[in-house]
Amino acid sequence: MNDLFYVSAAVAILSTVMVITKLNAVHALLYLIISLLAIALVFYSLGAPFVAALEVIIYAGAIMVLFVFVIMMLNLGPGSAEQEKWMLSPGMWIGPVVLVIILMAELVYALARSALRMPGIAMVGPRQVGIALFGPYLIGVELASMLLLAGLVGAFHLGRRDKQQAIGEGR
Amino acid sequence: MASVPVEYGLILAGILFILGLLGVLVRRNIIFILLSIEVMLNSAGLAFIAAGYRWGQPDGQIMFFFILAMAATEVAVGLALALQFYNKTRTLDTDAASRMRG
Amino acid sequence: MIMFKLLWLIPALPFAGFIILALTGSRLTRTRTAVIGAGSAGLSMVITILTGIRFIGSPPPGNAYVQVLWTWMSVGGFRPEIAFRLDALSLAMITVVTAVGFLIHLYSSEFMAGDEGYSRFFAYMNLFVGSMLTLVLADNLLLLYLGWEGVGLCSYLLIGFWYKDTYNGYAARKAFVVTRIGDTAMGIGLFLLFTVLGTLQIQELMQRALQQWGSGNVMAGAAAALLLGGALGKSAQLPLQTWLPDAMAGPTPVSALIHAATMVTAGVYLIARTHVLFSLAPLVQAAVAVIGAVTLLIAGFSALTQSDIKRVLAYSTISQIGYMFLALGVGAWSAAIFHFMTHAFFKALLFLGAGVVILGLHNEHNMFKMGGLRKQLPLTFWTFLIGAASLSALPLVTAGYYSKDLILYSAWASEAGSPLLWAAGLAGALLTALYTFRMVFLVFFGEEKTRVERKPGMQIKIPLIILAVLSIIGGFVETPASLGGLHIFTKFMYTALPPVVNLPLPATGEFILEIEAALAPPIGIFIAYLFFLYRPRYTGRLASTPSGSALHRFWFSGWGFDWIYDRIIVRPFLWFARIDKNDFLDLPYLGTIWAGKGVNRLLVHTQTGKVRWYAVGIVIGAILALSAMVFL
Repeated sequence: MNDLFYVSAAVAILSTVMVITKLNAVHALLYLIISLLAIALVFYSLGAPFVAALEVIIYAGAIMVLFVFVIMMLNLGPGSAEQEKWMLSPGMWIGPVVLVIILMAELVYALARSALRMPGIAMVGPRQVGIALFGPYLIGVELASMLLLAGLVGAFHLGRRDKQQAIGEGR
Repeated sequence: MASVPVEYGLILAGILFILGLLGVLVRRNIIFILLSIEVMLNSAGLAFIAAGYRWGQPDGQIMFFFILAMAATEVAVGLALALQFYNKTRTLDTDAASRMRG
Repeated sequence: MIMFKLLWLIPALPFAGFIILALTGSRLTRTRTAVIGAGSAGLSMVITILTGIRFIGSPPPGNAYVQVLWTWMSVGGFRPEIAFRLDALSLAMITVVTAVGFLIHLYSSEFMAGDEGYSRFFAYMNLFVGSMLTLVLADNLLLLYLGWEGVGLCSYLLIGFWYKDTYNGYAARKAFVVTRIGDTAMGIGLFLLFTVLGTLQIQELMQRALQQWGSGNVMAGAAAALLLGGALGKSAQLPLQTWLPDAMAGPTPVSALIHAATMVTAGVYLIARTHVLFSLAPLVQAAVAVIGAVTLLIAGFSALTQSDIKRVLAYSTISQIGYMFLALGVGAWSAAIFHFMTHAFFKALLFLGAGVVILGLHNEHNMFKMGGLRKQLPLTFWTFLIGAASLSALPLVTAGYYSKDLILYSAWASEAGSPLLWAAGLAGALLTALYTFRMVFLVFFGEEKTRVERKPGMQIKIPLIILAVLSIIGGFVETPASLGGLHIFTKFMYTALPPVVNLPLPATGEFILEIEAALAPPIGIFIAYLFFLYRPRYTGRLASTPSGSALHRFWFSGWGFDWIYDRIIVRPFLWFARIDKNDFLDLPYLGTIWAGKGVNRLLVHTQTGKVRWYAVGIVIGAILALSAMVFL
């Protein structure tokens, strides 16, 4: 179990680094999927098999497919990688990296101050999650469903104007 | 079975979050920014899972559940916006959207 | 008890009418507006009359019925309630308010028919009636104060009803500001009473005052004086009387209802309601009597010189309220309420009659341009004559005689009275007759100068007739000893107010006083006849002598009070405001503005419109927040 955690953590970090450095969007997307799969394994090793499954199905499956579709629709040609390269001058990295290192240092320091080496307790299976989800968290589930509906309507609205425009152009 | 210390999970979440943040700060392409945001959301979920793991409670997983729903919504709306943006400006450079500057 | 349970409806109905009219605006037809406006007042009157019959027929225990609706607020020990109290005093008041109020509403439905603000007018009038009833029925001084301010607001709104004329706006503002001076004193009085006695519930307050304060107590004196300040402002008594003549800028029904019959007598009601405080402060009570006597004379002389018919009536109102204050000052509480009642009848009648004349002559207020209207407006003439006779206290046949006689008698015979006060009252009675019949002769007698364009219809005639009848028979409930000695009204009032303490006086003495009081009005009328009808040239000659014209100008301007106030208060205040406009106190506020502008100019540069730039801002914020958590 421990080995699983360390290995998949390393894979997740490496592939995420690739996500933010790749020039081609499709490549970055593939690395992100790898990263998500690795994190799913981390979830599993942290005693959350249900969420690990969700991560694979919804994140790596559904959400990433959305990205793929959009990238296809944008139809980015070979010139886009060149453009990316132009946009990503090395000088741009310095400031953000400094900021981010400070933040990380603070995070690690804050974590290190608390009692170290707290072991986890046990596996929490889908049954428990389901009971809690539709028990005390029922309102939250309802709210999440409303949020999804709002997202659906919002995305539809934004997409529809595009369509009308296209029809207008077609004429 | 020797289990993984919770701090390692939290530090992994921190590293992933930092990487996602770096992506948001550095990249100008809106698609990459959205990808980086996904990374950040995912790392936040990881932190919840780690906390739930520490206490052996399902609450952390439920929080991840909600984050998942939110991420799905965000991607749907964000990508629709990206498409609109591309149609309007013929570029994915977010700095091109600074026209409304007063 | 079922009838008493409906007590809350009496003020609630006019308020409901106000809300309906205010929300619908001018969308309703004029007929419906009038039905709602007058109907709510009428229903309120019906309930009042039924309640009154029930109250007199079988009085509730303690001769008072208290209806607690709900607790207004509860802050520490301060728990004012929305509670109404019905006793003899408030019953007399609400009967007059609703009856006269309804009649004036009816009158207005025709009088205001051509006005574009028809529904606004009725909304304000309903609000006024509701506030006035709240004031009168209130069981605690805080609710009374609410009604008090409510009627003040309505007075302001209705004086400035024709707001397109700037002068009307000034008049409204003047009325508001001047009465506010009194109201402020009254507010401080309420604070004082609550701080010292710990309650504002009137009956409890009076009991505690009696227990804690002896006669002549300084606290009682201060509280009574402060309440008196409020009463002076509202009732237009010296030195706050200047607003009432200008308040005539409002429509005539408003002057009839608010500035003659009801609101201006709120001060009389307040003093009668808190009579215990005034009994504990003999000095303040004496001041009430003196103020009343002086006011009635000053206003009487001013009324004598006015040319505007409504201003004559306004000064007359001030003068008659002076009588009521005189009565209060000598401890004749019920006499004051009696005079309030008869005054409400005949003064409303006079105003409504004047309204007919003004309307008929195309908004003509100047009496010297009227004349001989007796033939053209016969009904108005006869009812106006009855009102004038009642105002002049013509002996035996008018209501005004009985109430004024009671006051004059008390002014002499009461413990607190004195011959001087009586003499002032008697002189006032002569003056009243003089200026009243000057008005009658100028308007209705003499040669005809103009044609009446508009004859009154039924909605105007009915209130005139009813009020004329009331102006005659309203006084027969209380007659002096030599005329049957009926004491229905005062006996009824004694259930709520203490009786007047009279010094022993031989019956012949009382009779002589009555003869003198009865002789003054006819003499006044005769002088008026002599000067204004029989030999008007004498008057002109008298007024054109240097001293005569100076006196005329002096009285015409209301004894120069406006001039004095302008010089010693208004102008210094304006001058001070002008030089004080640029003082340093504004600097912090101006500095805030400059700082805001400067920071804005700086922060504008951060708004680049670049998403990543904003993200950097968030990151820096996160770093700062985390370091605060980690290192602090």
